[in-house]
Amino acid sequence: MAEVETHRITAAQRPRPLSPHLGIYRPMLTMLMSIAHRFTGAALYFGMMLLAWWLIAAAAGPNAYANVEWFTGSVFGRLVLFGYTWALMHHMLGGIRHLIWDTGRGFEPAEREMLAVATLAGSILLTLVLWVIGYLAMGGPR
Amino acid sequence: MSSPTQMRTPMRRVRGSGAAHSGTALFWHQRVTSVAGVPLNIALVVIVVALLGRSHAAVVQILGSPLVAVIMLLFIINTTYHMWIGMQEIILDYVHEEKLKFLSLMGNTFFSFAVGFASAFAVLKLSFGV
Repeated sequence: MAEVETHRITAAQRPRPLSPHLGIYRPMLTMLMSIAHRFTGAALYFGMMLLAWWLIAAAAGPNAYANVEWFTGSVFGRLVLFGYTWALMHHMLGGIRHLIWDTGRGFEPAEREMLAVATLAGSILLTLVLWVIGYLAMGGPR
Repeated sequence: MSSPTQMRTPMRRVRGSGAAHSGTALFWHQRVTSVAGVPLNIALVVIVVALLGRSHAAVVQILGSPLVAVIMLLFIINTTYHMWIGMQEIILDYVHEEKLKFLSLMGNTFFSFAVGFASAFAVLKLSFGV
């Protein structure tokens, strides 16, 4: 009898019903854009180290600055900067989208979808335009 | 006066503190810094593009000029605060273990201050040319 009682599960121990979380939903564009906003924010957070490095190197002198130039001129550095540019543009446009929502507008299904597409397309377009301008400013790829 | 369903005392409601004890201050500050962030972001991109491929001497001169330095400082201060709030939000969402949570929150503050202060100091040094 005692053994049975110790194995009896009380109501408090029984697994409680949980509300559905991310896992049960089919991935949607608006959901992916929400995740992308947070992801790009976190990436930019650490990317601020690049800005700090660039500024400190400029303040430190030509030798330190040459190290930054070596990095930004390398293939890896260019890839990082390209990703940084996209993250910055995406987070900026995503932020504007959030500010629109903060005014209570743009919550209809079609509007949400349009804003998500605009954020994604706009960030890619702005990134490409900026890099074309950047290469033109430097007088072609090098 | 207050109905039985009202959970908060009138003083609590006047202070607007809510369950977080600090009200919606950080939520609001995140919006303010995001609004400010849009023009500052565009200005930063313009400055960086204008500096591409220039010599160290030219970069130092341009970054140190008053208008550019002020824009850079505004960007740094605004971004540092914005990213500090944002990372705190991420930590509070995902880190539930008490010790790790407090260490992460502390680390967030240290990192944000260090990056922001280092960047701001560099701009000031470039500007004052010491």
